[in-house]
Formats: sequence, C-alpha cells, structure tokens
Amino acid sequence: MEAKLEILKKLQQDLLLWQGFKPAEGEVADCIGLGEIEAAFPGGVFPRKAIHEFICAEPDQAAATDGFIGGLLSVLMADGAGCVWISTARRLFPPSLAAFNVEADHIIFVDVRNEKEVLWVMEEALRCEGLAAVVAEVDGVSLVESRRLQLAVEQQGTPGLIIRKDLKRLVAGVSTARWKISPVPSASEEGMPGVGFPRWQVQLLKVRSGMPGSWTLEWEGDRFVQITPQKVLVQTVQAKVS
Amino acid sequence: MRSRFISIWFRHLLADWQLIRRPELSGLPFVFAAPDHGRMLVKAVSPLAAEQGVETGMAAADAKAICPGLEVLDDKPGRAKKLLKGLGEYCIRYAPIVAIDEFSMDGLILDVSGCAHLWGGEREYLKEIVSRLKSKGYTVRLAIADTPGAAWAVSRFGKVTPLVAPGGHVETLQALPPEALRLEELTLSKLRKLGFYQIKSFMGMPRSVLRRRFGEAFLLRLAQALGTEPEQLQALQQPVPFRERLACLEPIKTRTGIEIAITKLLEALCKRLQVEGQGLRSGVLTGYRIDGKIVQVVIGTSAASHSVAHLFKLFQLKIDQIKPALGIELFELEALKVAPVDVPQEALWNCKPGLDNKSVLQLIDRLSGKLGAAAVHRYVPEARYWPERAVVQAGSLTEVRTRDWCIDKPRPTELLPRPEVIQVMALIPDHPPKFFIYKGEHHQVMKADGPERIEREWWLDAGEHRDYYRVEDANGRRYWLYRSGHYGSNQPFQWFVHGFFA
Repeated sequence: MEAKLEILKKLQQDLLLWQGFKPAEGEVADCIGLGEIEAAFPGGVFPRKAIHEFICAEPDQAAATDGFIGGLLSVLMADGAGCVWISTARRLFPPSLAAFNVEADHIIFVDVRNEKEVLWVMEEALRCEGLAAVVAEVDGVSLVESRRLQLAVEQQGTPGLIIRKDLKRLVAGVSTARWKISPVPSASEEGMPGVGFPRWQVQLLKVRSGMPGSWTLEWEGDRFVQITPQKVLVQTVQAKVS
Repeated sequence: MRSRFISIWFRHLLADWQLIRRPELSGLPFVFAAPDHGRMLVKAVSPLAAEQGVETGMAAADAKAICPGLEVLDDKPGRAKKLLKGLGEYCIRYAPIVAIDEFSMDGLILDVSGCAHLWGGEREYLKEIVSRLKSKGYTVRLAIADTPGAAWAVSRFGKVTPLVAPGGHVETLQALPPEALRLEELTLSKLRKLGFYQIKSFMGMPRSVLRRRFGEAFLLRLAQALGTEPEQLQALQQPVPFRERLACLEPIKTRTGIEIAITKLLEALCKRLQVEGQGLRSGVLTGYRIDGKIVQVVIGTSAASHSVAHLFKLFQLKIDQIKPALGIELFELEALKVAPVDVPQEALWNCKPGLDNKSVLQLIDRLSGKLGAAAVHRYVPEARYWPERAVVQAGSLTEVRTRDWCIDKPRPTELLPRPEVIQVMALIPDHPPKFFIYKGEHHQVMKADGPERIEREWWLDAGEHRDYYRVEDANGRRYWLYRSGHYGSNQPFQWFVHGFFA
C-alpha cells in the first residue's frame, strides 16, 4: 500500500513536470491555513507567485470575498509586511479587518479614478519588494493585461489578488486560480441565538495544474475551519434530538 | 562675521523710470499726479520740476501755475513697488537678501554681510552698484553701515561719506536730523517743537522719558538705527540653499534631452545633499523656454531621499507635463524642502518587512507623484463609536497607531458610504426585523444579533441615535441594519442598511 502511494505521488509529480509546472527552488512550503483546499493546488502548496481571481456574482457577496481575502491576508501579513489595496469605489471598512487578525493600518489604500490606473498601480505594486500582497478591485482585465501582471508577479513573488464584480466582462486570463466565495447560513453553537462565525461556500472554479473543487469554510476568530458534511449532519441530528 | 547693510535711495525713482521709457521728456519738467478728494495731487516730481519749486503733495493746478509748461502724467498706485521689485531682483546679483524699503517706498536695503570682499572692498562695491544703476539711468545715493536704519539715514541725510566704518554708525548718526530715523510726521513735529534738531540731543535720554513723550514706535526706530534691536528684512527672494542650474547650448526639445538634463541636475544636487546628510522632501524643476515662458513640475517624497535613481523616477512620471514648445534653454532644480536623512546600515538581505521598508516608501512616492497625494490613504483607529468616524487618516506612512483595533463589537466588512433606506417589519420595542426589503428584494431574517445602540456625537451634529442589528437572511447573507430614533417619538423613525458582513 505504502509503495503504491509512493509510486502514485511520483507519477503525479512527473505529470506536473510534463505539464510545464516547475516548483520554485528553495521556496518554503508554508501553509496558508486553508487545510484541505491547499491539496487542490499543484504540489499541495498555495501558490504565492500567482494571480488569484475572485469573482462575485452580486454586490452582496463582495463582503464574503473581502472576508475570505482578510483571512488569507492574516497569514500573508503575519510578519508585519504591508499590503496595497487598490480600488475605484471602495466600500471595505478597515476596522472590520481586525476580526480577521489583519492590522488595517498596515494596508495602504489607493483610490483611483479609472480601471486603467488600477492596473498601472497594481503592476507598480507587484514589482515592489517588501509587500505581502496586492489586492485590486478591477473588472476589465484583458488577456494581455493579465499576462503583464503575471510577469510582474513572477519577477517579485508578491501574490496578486483581483476581485471582479462584473461577470459580463469576465474574460479568460492567465490567472493561476479563480475563486468564487458565496456566503452560506452560519451555524450558532448548540442552539445559541444570534449569528455565528462567518461561513462561506468556497469554490475553486479553475486552478492551473490543480484540481478544482468546492468546500465549506468557516472563520473561527483566528483561523479557517473546514466544515465537513458529517459535522453538519451531526449538528442537525443533535438539533432534532434536543 | 559683522553684519553690514547697504541702503540704496532712488532720488527720482518714477521720474527716472519715465525718462528711460520716454527720452523725449528729458528737457521738460513733469510730475506724476493722482486724484485725491476731487483734485489732482502731485505724487512724484522730476528733477527739472523740482528745481522750479514744485513739491510732492501740491495740487497739480498750483504746480502748473508755478511752472508753466509742466507736463502732468497719471500716477498708478503700486507702480513704485513694482519698479522696486524689478530693481531688487536685479540687485540680487550683489547680495542674496534684498528687501524693499517699505517705509518710504523709494529705496532698497541689501544685507551684504560677507559680500564686499568679492568686489574688492566696500568702496569698490559701492562704486560698482552706483555706476551700474547710473548707466541704466537711475540717480541713486548709497550708504553702507552696520544697521539697516543707519544705512538708510546716511544714504538720505549723510553729508560726509557714504562709507560708515564698522562700529562707527552711532557717531555718524549723532549729527543727523531726527528725520533720518524713519519716524512718523506727528513724532517729527513734536521733536521739532521741543527743539531737537539733531539725534545726539535726545539719544542719551532715559528710555522711560522718551517712551512717555513719543511712544514705543519711536524707541524701536531709534534702537534699530543704533543696532540694539534687530531688524528683520523681508527678502524678495528667499535664498534656496540647494539649487542647481543647467544651461543648455542648444534649446532642448526632446524627452531624451529632458531626461538627461534631469539626471545631470539630480547627480549634482544629490551629491551635495549626501555630503550634508540631507534628503529631498519636495523639489521643483523649472524650465526656462526660449519663448520666455516658464514650465514647472513639482515632486514630493514621503521620506527624505538623496537617491538619484528614485528621484529620477519621480520626475520621469511628470515629464509629460513639461511642454518644451520651441525648446528649453535653462533648467533649474531646487530642493524646496530638505530633511535629515537617516542612512541605515546596509543589510546583507533586505528582509525587514513593514511599511517603512525603503522600496515601499519609494512605491508610495511614485503613486502619489502620478495620482496625487490624495489618492493614497492609510487609516489608524480612533476612539469613537460612530462608524463613519471610527478611523482617521494617518498623517504619514510611519505614523504608529496609538490604540489597538477594537474587535469586541461586530463591524461589517463593507460599509456603505451612505446608509440606504429599507422597509422593515419588526416587533416593538426592540426586536430585530422579521424581514426587510432592500432594493426590491425580500429578505427573510433567520438569525439576528442586537441591538447595539450608538449615540450620535451631539457636539458635532444633531440627529437621532442608531440601534444596530446584525442579521442573516435565508441565503446566508449577513447585513448590518439600524433603526434611526425611537418608535413612537415625535420624529419619524426609519430603517437603514449600513453594511455587509463577510
């Protein structure tokens, strides 16, 4: 059994190599706290030298995306590094990020007039060393522009996160992963009243050299916790008994 | 270094100027007159008219009666000041600090401390200025002394020599009339009435006696002339210590040319800044075009810097704004604001993360250079509950927050810039909504927290308090709603949605 697993792992790595995926040398395989989701990425590591796209179907879901990104930033910015958040019409409320363990005073908000400027700022920021991440709220990213961003990311290694709210203008880009975060009803503990921890349906619609999938995640104050269907089942059973 | 001042008195400033402009007037007596209380009053007199007895302050009609054939020209208010400003800018070649004589508006005062030796001594220095101004057509009287007041007095009333030796101004002043002290007409008439015709007759009197009779302003003028009180000169052009000039043989028209010019200027400026341990905070590049126009671009940095590469990048973003037209013949780079730069020890790995990282600071400079400083924000928490005022913009990138971010109350991830009205069905008195209609969509509330009452900051604005609820609808979307005001009070209450939770 052990031997078989070893062979399988080796084969998977070979496949990745043939597909053109090269693991960066000397890169520390830090986990980002996403648990099982990280296994969906090539090599089982959340790619940092990459552009991640987050799509929001409706404006009400943008908050869920912001929250999920907040969770990611808490790990990326853990060493005190700064982050740049670019947008044309920003609604993010900085004090709320404290709930996601993010120090909002380490985020530099850049408010620009049009999307062309967003892309310029994003490329400049991605080429700058010493930043933990660059987040941009931008809709119109064409193939050429996304390739420029990808080149900037590969040069410096700062992850770029793009939030896209307009599905009509969604075109194929070269982003490594495309996410969709939608809110799902929270579960309060043991019949307690009120709203529970934020819970989302995290869909990985597209991963380069990886396995797309869908998971239910909850942010429990300081980390992501995956909600398995069994756990939900147990809860419903308990609820029925009580 | 002993401070020395030169006072230049233009005896017939306006008349000389008019003669330079219109040489045909040279044989004619003329005056400048301006309307005052329904008649024309003489404001300035030409030397020829003065010889015939015309004085300033006369009515123009009287002057014409005394001196037939007198030409009366219109005077414009502020013309003398404009002329003096131009002459003062010309005189910056003699001394860095040139001020207009605000008291009588017919002269200039130059701070020439440490300048005279460059012209071969004070006598040659004075000769040079007089001959230069004379060749332009102005009759001037000059004096050099230890204080601006003494120089002013000697230039106008001195009879012996314009060169007051260092320390000799007190003695020189003694023989001069009280008019030499730049006093008001009222004080002067009092002095005359009391029989003071020379400064020495009251110079040694006790200050309290003089103050009682002539007031504080008199004592100040006396002290300024004697040098016991300092006198501040309003320099026409503040000397900028860090300035570089680059004159071009051929006018520059191309982008490459401008880039080369900027690099050369920056290299020279940064070398000087580096030696003095200073860094540039704000700089201006001025281009003098051959059509006489001036083009300027300004840059600013968030931390003092003397790195040529970084400053060049900031200017590069602005090159599009420089319109060379027919060409730029002179470039000038000034560091308007400099600050001491702390040079950190070079590390083997630049591994220190954080906002004070050098590359992050340089990025912010580039962003605010291109988009304007208003585009870049950073927030620190403020000890206030009212959501719109819970954060305050940080003054600089290095400002450290004074308190921690508050996490004990739920705050929405997204806050609407302005709350939006919703229709709500809720039980009174304090129950959360059962359902609400937002943008035409019906939301059934499944779970809710609240209320959290936030009082309005009454010392800033008037209005109702807010009762906030965190609610979750059947689809799992979480909202931050509030009711403004009490049920049943005189003011109508209303429900709003103010934000979205993750």
